[in-house]
Amino acid sequence: MVLQRAGRWVADHVILFIALLVLGYMFLPIFFVILMSFNDPTSRLNYEFQAFTWSNWTDPCAEAGMCASVVKSLEIGFLATVFATVLGTLVAFALVRHRFRGRAATSLLIFLPMATPEVVMGSSLLALFTAAGLAGSLGFWSILVAHIMFCLSFVVVTVKARLAGLDYRYEQAAMDLYANEWQAFWRVTFPLVFPGIVAAALLAFSLSFDDFIVTNFNHGNTITFPMFVWGSAQRGIPPQVNVIGTAMFVVALALVLSSGLIQRRRAR
Amino acid sequence: MVTGAGAGADLRLTGVTKRFGGFTAVDELDLEVGEGQFFALLGPSGCGKTTTLRMVAGLEEPTAGTITLGGEDISRLKPYKRPVNTVFQNYALFPHLDIFENVAFGLRRRGVKDVKQQVHDMLDLVELGGYAGRRPGQLSGGQQQRVALARALINKPRVLLLDEPLGALDLKLRRQMQIELKRIQTEVGITFIHVTHDQEEAMTMADTVAVMNQGLIEQQGEPAELYDNPATTFVSNFLGQSNLVKATVVDTEGSDLVVDVNGTKVMAPVARARRTDGTVWVGVRPEKVFLADAEHDEGVDANTLPGGIVTDVSFIGVSTQYLVRMPWNQELTIFEQNTGARESFQVGDRVALHWSPGHTFLLDADQDAHAGDESYAALTGALT
Amino acid sequence: MSVAQFGGGVAAGEPGQAEAEQAKRRGRTGYLLLLPGILWLFVFFIIPTIQLAATALYDPNGSLDTGYAMTFAFGNYIDALTQYQEQFVRSFLYAGIATVFCLLLGYPLAYAIAFKSGRWKNLMLVLVIAPFFTSFLVRTLAWKSILSDNGFIVETLKTLSLIPEDGRLLATPIAVVTGLTYNFLPFMVLPLYASLEKMDPRLIEAGKDLYANGFTSFRKITLPLSMPGVVAGTLLTFIPAAGDYINSELLGTPQQRMIGNVIDNLFLVQLDYPAAAASSVLLMLAIVCLVLFYVRRAGTEDLL
Repeated sequence: MVLQRAGRWVADHVILFIALLVLGYMFLPIFFVILMSFNDPTSRLNYEFQAFTWSNWTDPCAEAGMCASVVKSLEIGFLATVFATVLGTLVAFALVRHRFRGRAATSLLIFLPMATPEVVMGSSLLALFTAAGLAGSLGFWSILVAHIMFCLSFVVVTVKARLAGLDYRYEQAAMDLYANEWQAFWRVTFPLVFPGIVAAALLAFSLSFDDFIVTNFNHGNTITFPMFVWGSAQRGIPPQVNVIGTAMFVVALALVLSSGLIQRRRAR
Repeated sequence: MVTGAGAGADLRLTGVTKRFGGFTAVDELDLEVGEGQFFALLGPSGCGKTTTLRMVAGLEEPTAGTITLGGEDISRLKPYKRPVNTVFQNYALFPHLDIFENVAFGLRRRGVKDVKQQVHDMLDLVELGGYAGRRPGQLSGGQQQRVALARALINKPRVLLLDEPLGALDLKLRRQMQIELKRIQTEVGITFIHVTHDQEEAMTMADTVAVMNQGLIEQQGEPAELYDNPATTFVSNFLGQSNLVKATVVDTEGSDLVVDVNGTKVMAPVARARRTDGTVWVGVRPEKVFLADAEHDEGVDANTLPGGIVTDVSFIGVSTQYLVRMPWNQELTIFEQNTGARESFQVGDRVALHWSPGHTFLLDADQDAHAGDESYAALTGALT
Repeated sequence: MSVAQFGGGVAAGEPGQAEAEQAKRRGRTGYLLLLPGILWLFVFFIIPTIQLAATALYDPNGSLDTGYAMTFAFGNYIDALTQYQEQFVRSFLYAGIATVFCLLLGYPLAYAIAFKSGRWKNLMLVLVIAPFFTSFLVRTLAWKSILSDNGFIVETLKTLSLIPEDGRLLATPIAVVTGLTYNFLPFMVLPLYASLEKMDPRLIEAGKDLYANGFTSFRKITLPLSMPGVVAGTLLTFIPAAGDYINSELLGTPQQRMIGNVIDNLFLVQLDYPAAAASSVLLMLAIVCLVLFYVRRAGTEDLL
């Protein structure tokens, strides 16, 4: 009897147990990133923890070129986010709220970049730039163009999901209450879609900031943070890289948790 | 924007048609609603009543026909240019605004500066005085419905449209709200057009009821008139229940028609006959029929159908419902109030049916006897 | 699949699909809204892809300096296929194994979040995507630390005699596959979770009522209903994994090179554009074929 009861407890909880193990597996590298950010390595090519130090955190820009690469990534990320979010939101509205011919083709076109391996996307853009004779002048702008391109689809999908779930009758109720089309959009539709647009923008930013493969093919001499990390992987990783990695993690986690708290507070 | 009210300012639909592709939702509809009335548009789902309402609101454009309000043609006006407001079926309260801003929405869009007093007065009217700061998500269904009402009424529209507003409420709350709505309408004096599929609701609340079926109005009038003297089989089955028996008109006697029902003669006033010759449906409401022993004779003043056998007895508390099989194999329904004056009948008893000729109505036999009968449709899977 | 429509009906008072379609606006505004975005994608995605296919047909004897002549050299494809078939096969092999691992690890996690997490559901979802918050490269480099020769994992495995005394985990296929599995796990978990979440738990109760035990109800009810999520998850994992080269570069040796490494090398180091483009197009075609075949098979099973 006790054995049966124990057996059932195990069966009920084994799934949860496995799940927690998997989560642990997912966080193992994060833990190491945080750990290694405090590392004082004897040699660059050594990947083991040697000694504890605060100096990486107090002097994060000690490594030449790293902070500049972070700034570049932030600049590109910001601009790519703005453009991709605007263009993508317009497309999402067209898909959900308007009638037009060629809907299936448009949806396919939006879907394709998400399903294409980055190697193919990056290399095809390089082929285009080369054929256009621009191979020598690649740099900030070519990276930006590429990032806007692959972020667009994700923005469309995210905003579309939010917009499609939005009851179109709110707009009708607004018009019934003396709001013209423009007012109905601004005062009712837009505020209700906005969380989706914000989510799309955040997604676009993280995709852009973290992109390596497509950037690698089209970067010219411009160095973004992922490019810097890749480059230093040959020469030896400075521990400050893990500082940036940890900082990104903490900031993003804080953003997500705080937005969750705000939502919960507002619902009350 | 169309403004200004006047005595006799009424809503008139003339030849209004709405087609969606190949499907005709509303077919050459003519409707007139007097000012200050509580008007109910009643019909089963898919009959076009909501489409009609939306055309009055301006949320749909008629394919043909005109809609006039107080003589002015509003058929092609945008919804925000019409002095008409709607209470939506799912309330459509703006989730990102609190109750105050929801109710104030229409006033703000029209540029009214100081809305505070009006909003609070209106919330008091619908008995939600302290709720101004809350959000729609925090309110119950009944409360949301009252906010939707307040949001529409505050704009003092010429006509208030209600699209099945009580559909999502449970029975008890629905009864309460029916009384509430009626009270508010009487107090405010605005024309209400209430769309519903619930015939009891329509009859309780409305001054005038229009029964709609497949894009057409079958009959319009006061609830009692529609119930006592239905014009079509649809109306006779949709409002309450009816017994419809096939018969032939054979003679006239003064102001009555003599009708032959499978060998028995019954009388029906000419004034209550929609068809005066040939084959007709003889109709009588179940509660108007009196069951008696086969040998009992009620006298020449009553219509009598003999030869019935009781096949089912259902005790419903207030009344007893009998099913009686007639010699021509049709089962008729009789409701008898349980006054306690006599014993109820049992299954197998031989009975005769009696009723006063003045309760008879005659309908065109070309019409389907089961039109509007939703329980029959549900049982047989047929479309009404 | 009719069972999948269970519980997906339209609630009273909600607009149906037909009505929502009716409410869409006519006119040209739709085209105007679409124009900028679609134009951008057309210029920077469609045209480059066409250009890539064209580049693959350039004369392989040209170079960046002398220019390339279009000679419809379909031989480039043959050359690429024969020269790099090892890397092609290896890419799909690694990606396939990683996808299977992702499925085995990700399904319990998604299941737990959907059904067993209670109040912690949102927190667990955040934890699933949290690793994304650090840079992809930084995370992958962390595996170098974790799997390093003196790290606790290698030490433990040596103590348990699972690997020989001089064995390594780094610079082996195991490390590359581990990296691939790790990096794409969230892409498996999230679609699976979305699919499981939509499932009505009363279906399992109905199964129990009809005498199914735990494993049978999983096999006959949960698994088939979660198939859309499984298909989506495996595709979202396999496709990027097949084209990845970061994991193999950082965690492996030239013995573990995947086709992504080859393409990168050909484009940026050897500057052999026709060969590079041919390999890239071949990769894309192979993926498209695999996906079509897979979806068709999975679709049929779904109906059963």
